[in-house]
Amino acid sequence: MTEPIVRFQDVHKSFGDFDVLKGINLDIKPAEKVAVIGPSGSGKTTIIRMLMTLEEPSSGDIIVDGKNLWKMKKKEKMVKANEKHLREVRGDIGMVFQHFNLFPHMTILENCMTAPIHVKKENKEEVRDRSVKMLERVGLGDKLDSYPNQLSGGQKQRVAMARALVMRPKIMLFDEVTSALDPELVGEVLEVIRDLAKHEDMAMVLVTHEMDFALDIADKVLFLDEGVIAEQGTASEVIEHSENERLQGFLRRFRG
Amino acid sequence: MNNNWSWETFMDALPFVLQGLWITVSLTITCYLFALLLGFVWTFLRKVPNKFFNWVVTWVMEFIRSTPPLVQLFFLFYAWPMIPGIGVTLSPFTSAVLGLGIHFSTYIGEIYRSGIESIDKGQWEASKALNFSTIDKWRKIILPQAIPPTIPMLGNYFIIMFKEVPLASTITVAGIMLMANSYGAQNWSYLEPLTIVGIIFLVLSYPSAVLIKKLEVKMNARFDKNAAIK
Amino acid sequence: MFNLEFYSEPKPKLEGVIIMNAIIEIFPQLARGLHVTITVLLASAILAYLMAFIAGLCRLSGNIIIRKFTGFYVEVFRGTSLIVQLFWLYYAIPMLFGIQLGSNWWTGVIAIGLNYGAYLSEVVRGSILSVAQGQSEAATALNMSRFQRMRLVIFPQAVRMMLPEFGNYTIQMLKGTSLVSLIGMTDILYYGDILRSSNLSQAPIVYLLVLVFYFILALPLIWLTRKGEHISKKGVANG
Repeated sequence: MTEPIVRFQDVHKSFGDFDVLKGINLDIKPAEKVAVIGPSGSGKTTIIRMLMTLEEPSSGDIIVDGKNLWKMKKKEKMVKANEKHLREVRGDIGMVFQHFNLFPHMTILENCMTAPIHVKKENKEEVRDRSVKMLERVGLGDKLDSYPNQLSGGQKQRVAMARALVMRPKIMLFDEVTSALDPELVGEVLEVIRDLAKHEDMAMVLVTHEMDFALDIADKVLFLDEGVIAEQGTASEVIEHSENERLQGFLRRFRG
Repeated sequence: MNNNWSWETFMDALPFVLQGLWITVSLTITCYLFALLLGFVWTFLRKVPNKFFNWVVTWVMEFIRSTPPLVQLFFLFYAWPMIPGIGVTLSPFTSAVLGLGIHFSTYIGEIYRSGIESIDKGQWEASKALNFSTIDKWRKIILPQAIPPTIPMLGNYFIIMFKEVPLASTITVAGIMLMANSYGAQNWSYLEPLTIVGIIFLVLSYPSAVLIKKLEVKMNARFDKNAAIK
Repeated sequence: MFNLEFYSEPKPKLEGVIIMNAIIEIFPQLARGLHVTITVLLASAILAYLMAFIAGLCRLSGNIIIRKFTGFYVEVFRGTSLIVQLFWLYYAIPMLFGIQLGSNWWTGVIAIGLNYGAYLSEVVRGSILSVAQGQSEAATALNMSRFQRMRLVIFPQAVRMMLPEFGNYTIQMLKGTSLVSLIGMTDILYYGDILRSSNLSQAPIVYLLVLVFYFILALPLIWLTRKGEHISKKGVANG
């Protein structure tokens, strides 16, 4: 049994009086592809935002590769992690956002190159080569010097994926990456994800509403409902053998 | 010259300086009303569908706006009476109203314009589709939407105007600034009366600015521009 | 009677010549003040930009004392008039610090610089805050440090947004420099005032030319401001 690369231990999160997550326990193995599904407002996005350190859990532990993400040891006591600790631990995590969040003042190529150069202090030429290859892989080899506002939504999202991949993450998070796209552009983005799922040995966590796609590529499916993981297992376990009525209702609605 | 701060002088200067407060406030209000009115004229002139005329109006506005109001005051006060034919002597107060009023009317005009332009194209089309008359279109659809968002901006200009009014002391309008200077000249201590002027400005303008900020937040919440599209 | 009419006939032509001669005479006189106007503008603009970034960033600081202190500076200078500040500093600097700055030039520069620095610091602060939240999140996801997020992602976008307002306020500063004539600096307006008091009937042409002078100085700034508006419209994500 391999050690999990990500472990959630009784993680709670509330915004004000509203409890979004009420005790999440979860293991993600290296190279595992996990799909998180569930009704909107069920806290799917919050799970991966906490993993990316964009949101702080109210309680509980998140362990990444054996290290506690939000807590660190100081004089034999566990205290809240500082910026330095967060940077150390989250270095292996990458994320793709619903609204792309490309840097509008940089070209496509610069978008990909800036973090490896400034954050990982890698050699510029090497980073350039890798970025160009990655952009070619997502089908944008001819757009290197374009600016984000010159691209379609689908192209932007593919750049965002290339940008995250150039950092060579061990864990990639996808936050509803097709929700902001026109329907005809969804396919090209899913195609890239499918390619990654098949050929890359990093762990992937997808929060998505593209149910058929998620069930197709995922090793493990989590059904999140009212702040807890209501059901988990392989795609076939979750779809065909679950007794959970809310899950069945949810699936009927989303799979047509 | 007296080189030490003295509270005695401060208390002595206070009533003297305050004598000018009424002039300062009434000049501010008069200038402001004049600018509000004249702003409409600019907005109207820029709507005239003639390219050359528009170009002229735009640059006249730009000229007024990018040259110092102080010089414009001097022009009206010292130079206007000397112009053969049309020149008449203007009182200091009138010169200030005209000078500052004209100067800031160019900004106010732009605010009106931005208000009108902020209205979604769909609103014009909708009023056309509903077959409104021109007057009804402006009265019932356009203006009720165009005016509220401009109110905080217009409010800001009231405060800006208030802070520009002491310029009029240079053409002998006896507001608080002139009072402070003449107290200084009489008693050889300028710092105390000028500090009083500063405090008066702070006390009057800061709360107003806070109030307008609140109004702005409220307006933004009510007139969510996306609401018309959603 | 007859004579008068005889003389009055060529009058329009004569007046035109007089005006032309006056312009030719007045222009170089006013130009003597150009040096002061421009140097005061440049120096106070540099000071204002500096103050804008220092105060703008300080107001976003996590330290409450720094925040309150800069807030005080900004509100005092925005809450009172430039002309009041100018005269106040003119009398206060020698008294409070026991020094003569050597010239009123510095007094003018400090007053204008601090005044517009306060206004511009609000522009800096507002622009930084209006860079979309998602930009900072994307930078975090790429594991950038707080400083890198600011330097590589937020700041370049915020600066683009600031350009038009910096242009506008620089024009305001140009207008503001005319106040230094009130504390005896020999700028364009100062020479205009001298000409006016030596020949009252010339006042209209003198002040008109003074206005034209300032307008000519403003033209490149107007052009730059429009250019800035153009740049700021692209290459920024806000919302």
